[in-house]
Amino acid sequence: MSLPSSLTDFSLAEARDAVHAKKVSSKELATAFVKAIADARPLNAFVTETPEKALEMAVASDVRIAHGEARPLEGLPLAIKDLFCTKGVKTTAGSHILGNFIPPYESTVTQNLWDAGAVMLGKTNMDEFAMGSSNETSYHGPVFNPWRARNSNQNLVPGGSSGGSAAAVAGNLCLAATGTDTGGSIRQPAAVTGTVGIKPTYGRCSRWGIVAFASSLDQAGPMTRTVRDSAILLKHMASVDPKDSTSVDVPVPDYEADLERGVKGLRIGIPKEYRIDGMPPEIEQLWQKGIDWLKAQGAEIVDVSLPHTKYALPTYYIVAPAEASSNLARYDGVRYGHRAEGAEDIVDLYEKSRAEGFGKEVQRRIMIGTYVLSSGYYDAYYARAQKIRTLILRDFTEVYEKVDVLLTPATPGPAFGIGEKTADPVSMYLNDVFTVTVNLAGLPGIAVPAGLTENGLPLGLQFIGKAFDEATLFRAARAIETAANFTAKPAHWWRAA
Amino acid sequence: MSVDKDTVRRIARLSRIALPEERCAPMAGELDGIFKWVEQLNEVNVDGVQPMTSVVEQRLKMRDDVVTDGNSANALMANAPQGEDHFFVVPKVVE
Repeated sequence: MSLPSSLTDFSLAEARDAVHAKKVSSKELATAFVKAIADARPLNAFVTETPEKALEMAVASDVRIAHGEARPLEGLPLAIKDLFCTKGVKTTAGSHILGNFIPPYESTVTQNLWDAGAVMLGKTNMDEFAMGSSNETSYHGPVFNPWRARNSNQNLVPGGSSGGSAAAVAGNLCLAATGTDTGGSIRQPAAVTGTVGIKPTYGRCSRWGIVAFASSLDQAGPMTRTVRDSAILLKHMASVDPKDSTSVDVPVPDYEADLERGVKGLRIGIPKEYRIDGMPPEIEQLWQKGIDWLKAQGAEIVDVSLPHTKYALPTYYIVAPAEASSNLARYDGVRYGHRAEGAEDIVDLYEKSRAEGFGKEVQRRIMIGTYVLSSGYYDAYYARAQKIRTLILRDFTEVYEKVDVLLTPATPGPAFGIGEKTADPVSMYLNDVFTVTVNLAGLPGIAVPAGLTENGLPLGLQFIGKAFDEATLFRAARAIETAANFTAKPAHWWRAA
Repeated sequence: MSVDKDTVRRIARLSRIALPEERCAPMAGELDGIFKWVEQLNEVNVDGVQPMTSVVEQRLKMRDDVVTDGNSANALMANAPQGEDHFFVVPKVVE
């Protein structure tokens, strides 16, 4: 246990117990992860490493532990998605327009984590403004998935937009990481990197200090190597916050305490609309395996229907860009962020700064959003989309009269190659086909690793829960984790680089 | 309905994004592809359906009408690309 090379293999729960039992110091843990991160630069998972801060926080944690004042996450090193504002530490949201932005304040979620004793290792790479499903829209360049197909040297995407966090967790570069999820940005990267990720109910975590993409859909959540670790971390990320009027005052239960309660008697719905055309047989088989595992553990399987599922993705591509076009209006080259040289007047300054500062996908989404909100098109696009959103939520509400939780695939396939889907926006958007409904309805969803493809790439299953019933999601995901016994790890090919 | 180059120019202007002329035609094609795909939403009967305003049933919270923060001019200016004292500097707006 004292060997630093194995410290990075600890789960968050194991590290917590070892630190509290004084078997391992926080400084030893932080040192091990700082080295792992430096060795893993070929993955491009981090955009800002904060080794000095990590060691300083770890040493302070060791002092508290010595004085018997350990807090729940005392001395546990975490990676933070670069969408969370961190006081005094550069926060870019993966964009050139925020390339030098140093927030003078701390996001509520990260403040909660530091208040619980956690240690910051650095900021993780991500799709620009969280717009993407492969981490390829980042101004800082793509992230490589720690996983490669068997007998292949091809670099694969880690999913997105929380691709850096997913790669950091899968590659053992941190104990756990934070992510954010607007249409699948926690669950999709978790699924294709063999890790666990949960998007909590809208309002569970404060959005204050998280760079906004689509405010009615954005939620923060944990990304971890085990279900237990996600249960631990979410407990300390969630809070009701006077600075976010949409954060909800619902007590945060001790998710970890309920984890092993099993699925006996749980009614699990299988929505038929998630059996989409052209779904690879491997996904179909994995889903069936999940159903069999749950049945074997005493769950009741119920076939259900969510008739508006197929409209979720196009609805999302109206609602999310509309909100983004409004949220991103603040980047004007005046108060912070990139400013173009040689502007002739104020409008020229805005237009040039934004053209230089935003990448292609972000520009495209701002333009979609501007179009659907523009005079004459609002009713045809935006108002209609918001009505369909009501119907999507209604589908769920009706189904939850019959079942406690839903089981679906997490993604339509495993990790794909860098550059494979960048040419066609719609084919990229389809990565989120199973995750996006959850955001539109504000519900919690968790992705849990459930198996490998024939080529040895991880695949995940997703549970969708009732609002504020994350506890049942953790229980159900734990049941899959136990049955799947997913112990595969990526080979550490990047260390040799 | 299809998105043409003129529409793209108008949207780019509304978005305050300088779009080079050679990007207008490709962008028109990209947006057109996306809007064609979105057209399937027209199949849905939305008669009498209320548009969603909040996913969580919650009354909008009110806070006490008091000052909670302030005197942060230095912090606010710290990231300004161009500033003087406590003012943001921009190109001349009024002749």
